[in-house]
Amino acid sequence: MGANIYRNKKPAMVFLLPAFLFMTVFLYYPFFKNILNSFMEIKQLGASGTEFSAPWYTNYVEMLHDTHVWTSVKNTLLMMVVTLVFQVGIAILLALMVDNISRGKQFFRTVFFFPIVISATALGLMFNLVFLYDKGMVNQFLEALGKQNLTDWKAEGIALFTMMLPVMWQYVGFYFVILVTGLNNISDELYEAARIDGATTLQRVRYISVPLLHNVICTCSILAVTGALKVFDLPWVMFPKGMPLKSTFLTGTYMYYQTMETKNVDYGAAIAVLIAVLGIVLSKVVNQIFREKEY
Amino acid sequence: MTKKKKISVGMIVVYLILIIWSLTTIYPIIWVLQNSFKAKDKILANSFALPFGDLFTTANFRKAFATSDIFGAYKSSLFISTMVALLVVLIAGMGAYALARYKFKGSGLLMSLVFGAMMFPAFATVVPVFQMEFRWGLANTGSWFRNMFSVILPQVAGNMAFAMVVLTGYVKGLPVELEEAAYMEGCNAFQIYYKVIMPLTKPSFATVAIFSFLWSYNDLFTQSFFLRRPDMYSITMMLNNISAKEGTDYGLMAAVVALIIVPVIVVYCFLQKYIIKGMIAGAVKG
Repeated sequence: MGANIYRNKKPAMVFLLPAFLFMTVFLYYPFFKNILNSFMEIKQLGASGTEFSAPWYTNYVEMLHDTHVWTSVKNTLLMMVVTLVFQVGIAILLALMVDNISRGKQFFRTVFFFPIVISATALGLMFNLVFLYDKGMVNQFLEALGKQNLTDWKAEGIALFTMMLPVMWQYVGFYFVILVTGLNNISDELYEAARIDGATTLQRVRYISVPLLHNVICTCSILAVTGALKVFDLPWVMFPKGMPLKSTFLTGTYMYYQTMETKNVDYGAAIAVLIAVLGIVLSKVVNQIFREKEY
Repeated sequence: MTKKKKISVGMIVVYLILIIWSLTTIYPIIWVLQNSFKAKDKILANSFALPFGDLFTTANFRKAFATSDIFGAYKSSLFISTMVALLVVLIAGMGAYALARYKFKGSGLLMSLVFGAMMFPAFATVVPVFQMEFRWGLANTGSWFRNMFSVILPQVAGNMAFAMVVLTGYVKGLPVELEEAAYMEGCNAFQIYYKVIMPLTKPSFATVAIFSFLWSYNDLFTQSFFLRRPDMYSITMMLNNISAKEGTDYGLMAAVVALIIVPVIVVYCFLQKYIIKGMIAGAVKG
């Protein structure tokens, strides 16, 4: 019976056309055009390339010799490790804790999620004030604790830390909520049985919660790794143009810098290709490491 | 879980840690809010004091409204994000219905095209889109309306794949009997979609719409390519611009940040159920 309604396929085409038109024109076509752009000479944002670079792979050779590309790739990889270990790690701890308390679950869920709904631009500005050298929140706090001299949180050496901390902090609540949802799906009977057998809270967490959460943790890890490649707003607002001394570039911010600030549009396109390749390769790698298990 | 209620040392430590983390998410917002009501030098003297008595001033907000067109920026942002949310729901809804119900040659391929579209980073598509829209006379023009659409279109595309995945999953879960009944009454596919599917899919539409709205409202990267004229700034662009120009006027900065954060937090508190769901559903998009 159900098949009867949908035997006539013509309406399906009408339903599907707008969506696929949008994706073709604004995602698939530009993606391949961007690859083409990376082999061309483009010095203006609005102009299309007319000539190929000579030789056509010039931008990619330049990328190999560009120390900033290496810095940005290194920083991005570091960002991935940080997000993977701390973002997901803290989220797991918080989720396990909230799962074991009886009051205030909803409160913590709501509050931990705050930073995610706020725009990263506003958060970046907020953290600029928090980490201000001349009496920002952190420095005033440390001073109140008796620290003598102020710390310049944006100086070389510590800048990367100051950049990654807010990015890490912002998305903890996101993985937290995914993990809490996963924990809710674990049947109460398992915990009940374990308690009758005399398992302590810690044992229940260790032998029931964590193993059954494996697939959710795997999902979170993939999201953390691919998410780290997309970070842009917060670092750009806090450390525009890779300051200090172009040491805080990420692949995304460096691509933007080359495209918008130095008008090296074709080179920016090549960096964007690098970002896409990194994304595909790394999500494959993570998938291999955390391969989903069947229970 | 049913547990015996006893207060153990472990529980106290757990609550302590949870409260500390929630302080890191709440206090910076309060800190910005309280300092937005203080003069710059008072912030530097003691940023932890509440703005009462002599400390209190609305000068920062007055300056913010006097120096930048904040209402104009709100107007742009609200227009862009509302249109994005509407178009995404409308177009992705139809597509999802067809993907969920029709089986034809190539429907599997279409689904993998949708999943593939989620993998494209905005970095890799934004410049060609700009070039294309520039040729169409859409991007970088003097017309407010056309400029708004130069942002709306790529943002709609950027949310399309995620929305289709979420909505297809939802429609698949609906019982097909209602559609059969409507078919017996003589409805065609379009009427079935309009009269049966759309009302039933409302909760999922809400999730997708709110997520697309927030994502578009908060996005700086795409907007910074298409909204470069000050009279067309959206909220995030205006924020970014003020920080570049007046980054040392901390009172003003706090006021501007407060102006953008407060409406979002208020809306979030009302709609959090849908927002959290939407964010998780849109996870792959990040």
